[in-house]
This record gives sequence, structure tokens and C-alpha cells, in this order.
Amino acid sequence: MAESKAYDDIPGTTVFDAQRARKGYHLNQFLYSLMSAAIRKEFLADEHKYLLKFPMTEAQREAVKKRDWNTLLELGGVSYALAKLAFTDQHSYQYMAAEMTGMTQQGYLDMMMAGGRSIEGWRSKKERGEA
Amino acid sequence: MARIIAGIGTSHTPAIGAAIDNGKAGEPYWAPVFEGYEPPKKWMAEVKPDVVIMVYNDHVNAFDFKIIPTFAVGCGDEFPIADEGWGARPVPVVKGYPELASHLVQSLVLDEFDITIVNELQVDHGLTVPMTLLFGQPREWPCRVIPLAVNVVQYPAPTGNRCNNLGKAIKKAVENWDEDLKVVIFGTGGMSHQIQNRRAGLINKEFDTRFLDGLTKDPDALAKIPPIEYLREAGNEAIELVMWLIMRGALGDKAEEVYRFYHVPASSTAVGCIILEAENFHNRRVAKAGA
Repeated sequence: MAESKAYDDIPGTTVFDAQRARKGYHLNQFLYSLMSAAIRKEFLADEHKYLLKFPMTEAQREAVKKRDWNTLLELGGVSYALAKLAFTDQHSYQYMAAEMTGMTQQGYLDMMMAGGRSIEGWRSKKERGEA
Repeated sequence: MARIIAGIGTSHTPAIGAAIDNGKAGEPYWAPVFEGYEPPKKWMAEVKPDVVIMVYNDHVNAFDFKIIPTFAVGCGDEFPIADEGWGARPVPVVKGYPELASHLVQSLVLDEFDITIVNELQVDHGLTVPMTLLFGQPREWPCRVIPLAVNVVQYPAPTGNRCNNLGKAIKKAVENWDEDLKVVIFGTGGMSHQIQNRRAGLINKEFDTRFLDGLTKDPDALAKIPPIEYLREAGNEAIELVMWLIMRGALGDKAEEVYRFYHVPASSTAVGCIILEAENFHNRRVAKAGA
């Protein structure tokens, strides 16, 4: 496997590379637009209508409405931009990160307080039998 | 002539800024973080730099996806604070140093670093959180700031080696500026962390410790760490650590570690802070303290 794609073997991780950026362009531009209070209000008032302003795929629009974070990553969203959607909902990076892991908020907080997720067992999909 | 007297490596976790802005710094969760930054604040108040070069990354705030510069230098008079999605942080506008920034750009391009010039730049937590951690909450920032934004959002970020070499070119450019200025350079971001997908929450203290040790002892070895190793071992967002190598490269061959702090967690992040004094500056400080 070429070095350029070696990162696809990292489990539970979606590296935002050029191909994903291409797929996610309009999705990420939508997320970027959430940088003013007036826009956030407009979006929350009618999410579907606001999302139609951006030429993204229907699957991307659905995942936004469901706050389906890991699907949004797969469809080309990047975490820093996705965070703006979490902020729009009055949530934090930490909230979004916990949601992505499938853990409860308390479970995630407890893990962080205990020193965070250990690298052991999380280096390689092959190692985990996920490849 | 202008001189880079020291470098600061520090995390720029947005939750740290939010904790200060919302008056939560004294809470049990946050108190250890802010205690760890008391000595660096004191150091900064003693050293009083004229200029800070802030190596940081924009988090989809100044730059959307239309244009993604690998290295961008803010050449404006001042830099407003971005509304990242929860309103702008209540911190002073950041004052630039357009003359020196423009000189930097010119020198760096002639040294074969293709720098993007940014005359209008909103700055986000990547820049403002380190300012707050090192300067507290003044009404005006006590020095001018030259932002140097590095792309770490879209893979690949520039390599550690490229960053180390850029730091060396920054040192040369600063020393060619004919004005007696004390410059402190920051490398920000990190340390180990991942804020996406099922592996979010990853922390690798061993990796971080090796990185902090290597900054003083063997930065050229750190510069050889390939991107995949940051991503795999320290988390997808730990690639921000390459920015610390720009800071280190700008200090010259020898630097003295005078302070180190490490704490887990701040939100999903391992917080690290290190102060490295450039050799000449350090020797003068030691001599002065002994006199």
C-alpha cells in the first residue's frame, strides 16, 4: 500500500484528504456559513430550506438533519467544520466527539478524566480484525 | 537588529478559552490547567517581547474551502476575532506589524517558501487561546502579533522537516530586520488528541513526552517523524504538532528548556506547554540572575 493511503488502516478515523475534500466541498461550505448568529437562526428555523441553498447531495442533507456525525465524515465533512453545526445546537467539540464514539457523554468524560483513550488496540484495522 | 529570544510550544484548545471567558477557570476541572500556565505568564511578563510570531492553524474560520493556503502570513494592521459558531471570544483585537510581516514574507519567498500573503484575516482560537494563556485578560494585548497560519485541516499538512526548515528561514529573516526588537515565536496546537470518529478521545502520553524531550535534545530527529506516525500514534488532530517544529527551527541549533507543563484532559486534548530560550538570550538571563 502506498504511503499516501496508509492512513486508511487507522481504525475509527477518517482522514480528510483531497478526495474527501472534493466530495465534501459544498457540505463544508454550508457548515462554514454558520459563522454568524443571523445565519444560525435562519438555518434552525427551517433546516431543509436553508440546506437547499447549497448544491450538496441528498444524503449529505439528510445526515446534517440527523446530526449523523460519522456519516457526515464519510461524506466529506471535516471535524472543524462539523463543529460549527454542534455549536449551532449550543454544544461543544467535546459533545460532538463523544457522539462520534457512540459513548454516553458521561462515559466519554470519565474516559478523558482517566487519561483518555489508550492507543493500545487502536493502531491498526488489521490488528483489530476490521480490515 | 531583531532577535528571536525564545519559543513557546502550547496547546490552543478552544475549551480553555471558553473556560476563561465564562469565568470557570477556578473550577476543579480547569484549575490544574491554569495553575500550569501561571509560571509561563510570569515568564512572559518579565520578558516583555515587542513582537510575537504566532504559528497556529485556522480552524475553518478565516479560510473556508475556496482557498487553502499551506503557509499564510497575516500582513494587516489588525486582525478581528472570528465568530466560530458561538459568538466571537471577548478578547482584544490583535494588532499586527505589517512592516515586519511584509519583510518576513519577502525574505521567506526568496528562501523558496511559497508564502500566501493575507491582508485581511480574522483570527480564531488557534491564535487567541495561546494569547490568553500567556498574557491573561488585558484590555489591549501588550505586543504586536504576526500570525502565521499553517494548513493542518486538509491532509497533508506540511511535513515536520519543511516546518523545521521554515523556522530556520524565519530566524534568518528576523535577524535581517534592522530594528532592536525582542521576538517570541509560538508553535501552537496539539498535543495528542483526536476529535473525530470512533477513536475520538485518543491520548498518547508517551508520544507527547518523547516529543517534548526531542524539542530540546534532537529536533532534527523529530522533524523526520512522518505524517502517518502523528495520525496513527497521537491522533488525527495531533498533526498540529508540526507547527511546534516551526517554532523550534527558529531558535537556532541550541535552545534551553526552562519550563514544561503537561496535563490531561482539556476537553479531548492533552495540554502541553514548553518554554525554550534561545542560547544567547538564555546565557544572558543566567548571567544576569547570577550577578
